[in-house]
Amino acid sequence: MTHEQRVVIVGAGPAGVRAAETLVAAGVRPVVLDENARWGGQIYRQPPANGAFERTKQTLYGFEARKADALHTTMAALLPHLDYRPDTLAWSCGRGRLDTLHAGRETGVPFTHLIIASGATDRVLPVPGWTLPGVYTLGGAQVALKSQGCSIGQRVVLAGTGPLLYLVAYQYVKAGAQVVAVLDTSALSQQIAAAPKLARQPVTLAKGLYYVGWLRAHGVRIERHVTLVGIGGEHHVNTITWHGAGNRTTNETLACDAVGLGFGLRPETQLADLASCRFRFDAQNRCWLPELDAAGRASVPGIYLAGDGAGIAGADAAELAGRRTALAVLDDLGIAHPRGPDMPGAASLERRLQRIALFRQGLEAAFALPVDTASQWPDEMTVCRCEEVDAGTLRGCIRSGGATEINRLKALTRVGMGRCQGRMCGEAALALLSAETGKPLEALGRLRSQPPVKPIPLSPALYADDVAEIPEEARDE
Amino acid sequence: MTSSALPPMSGTLHAPESSAEHHPQFVRVAELRRAPLAFVLDGKAVSALSGDTVLTAILTQQREVRRSEFSGEPRAGFCLIGACQDCWVRSEDGARLRACSTLLAEGMRIVTRSAVPAGYAANAGADGGAGDVRDANNVAADGAAS
Repeated sequence: MTHEQRVVIVGAGPAGVRAAETLVAAGVRPVVLDENARWGGQIYRQPPANGAFERTKQTLYGFEARKADALHTTMAALLPHLDYRPDTLAWSCGRGRLDTLHAGRETGVPFTHLIIASGATDRVLPVPGWTLPGVYTLGGAQVALKSQGCSIGQRVVLAGTGPLLYLVAYQYVKAGAQVVAVLDTSALSQQIAAAPKLARQPVTLAKGLYYVGWLRAHGVRIERHVTLVGIGGEHHVNTITWHGAGNRTTNETLACDAVGLGFGLRPETQLADLASCRFRFDAQNRCWLPELDAAGRASVPGIYLAGDGAGIAGADAAELAGRRTALAVLDDLGIAHPRGPDMPGAASLERRLQRIALFRQGLEAAFALPVDTASQWPDEMTVCRCEEVDAGTLRGCIRSGGATEINRLKALTRVGMGRCQGRMCGEAALALLSAETGKPLEALGRLRSQPPVKPIPLSPALYADDVAEIPEEARDE
Repeated sequence: MTSSALPPMSGTLHAPESSAEHHPQFVRVAELRRAPLAFVLDGKAVSALSGDTVLTAILTQQREVRRSEFSGEPRAGFCLIGACQDCWVRSEDGARLRACSTLLAEGMRIVTRSAVPAGYAANAGADGGAGDVRDANNVAADGAAS
């Protein structure tokens, strides 16, 4: 690779690491930027390096221990062959350049080819009381255990929907934490109806069934098809209340001091947006995603996406897609694909990705989001936890005719304008806008990304690079 | 894991139900044999474990890490992966830390409630403004600490 050709990967999870491995095998030395301190992404997240953590990978990752170890080992072996920058936030992306922040220092990172493997965060729908101390995302509940050896509380309820619900419950109980209930908003009938598609990944389906059976055998209460009514408590979580599908008038309340709340995952697409990639609405992900070809190329030449950040497909798909996009980069650089037993070809990768995509359709159907929840949210419920915008304010704005589009609603009410940039409330704001206007999600616009994609300190050091580029005579202006 | 192997720490494993109002938020269930790490939380000398994030260190002591700028309501983090920005705390010198993604260091002095008397929303609002000014004044410290 000449110095004019510079391949940068954002993210060191399953997609980023496999992309890096493929590039290195072809003789390319990529830059790998990762916001985390250690490689593995969220799913194969490693505990802090310096704390003398003792749990084995078997304990940490269960059925996925072999995959986690393979990914960790691969990345460790790659370190001499790439420019790895952990603890580095890529906070903006322009033409041929990323802006990054590491230890308070801004560094511009130029690229000719950029693979964005930025992953996902929990998809959250609010419930009255969801801002109380003790409520965490489901993924956050898992991180507390995996990375810190902690349970989020003494009496934990896991609520929402998605396969992670049962996995986290299993991991918690196995670790000795007390899970008092799993409250699934989707119905068992949905999961049975989706079984034919889920059976395309029989091992994954079997694991899901195993967790449910194991939890039942260990006396964990599992309620399906629930409607979450609210989380109670004055200064922290004391209770959770729901009602079942068959009995909409009788609420049930359970004492607890922590709730893990999640409804699947949502992709992190901000960098592709800032790079001016074209987006399309994706019904399965319920959001706008960068348009990609089968190899992972975005509409802007030199930009590629892989993994959950390109659309939720899970860790196995992320590894395959990471490899596939790296092959596309090699094609576009005119470099031959690496050969070897561990280097599957493009056609094989695309076939396997296609199979997972079908499984994914089944999974999304099995754990579909609850319908019509937004219309039931009380006016006083906080929707945007950064700017503290409640449902009533949003409804008032929409009903007055002020906003029929999400960016307009944001401008008028500040929903999604705070520190998290709509990551935690965007889904809810759109659901509410849809419920009020009667329009489908794709007709409500796309929440535009703004740099910095995450808050960065305002520091003179940040601008050192740019100041040096300003001509001397212009500096006083 | 036996209790005899536990280092001294204040987070309790199985507090009785009656103490629910006072027990900390997080419960340690594994990795208990790490070395203790002393730090200062709201002026009080306390102890966490080596490898704890600032968030873990705080929430194994108490149930909140910050107050919201607008309503003054308590918050205790949410996503734990650096996405929601709802676990910002300060060090005593005014530097801002995102607690979930900052590892605790020996002797750190963390403030979760200095300018905000608990439960006073109006004061919390005023602190939001003052906090912004400190942000601008302590930007270099911010960088050095994160």
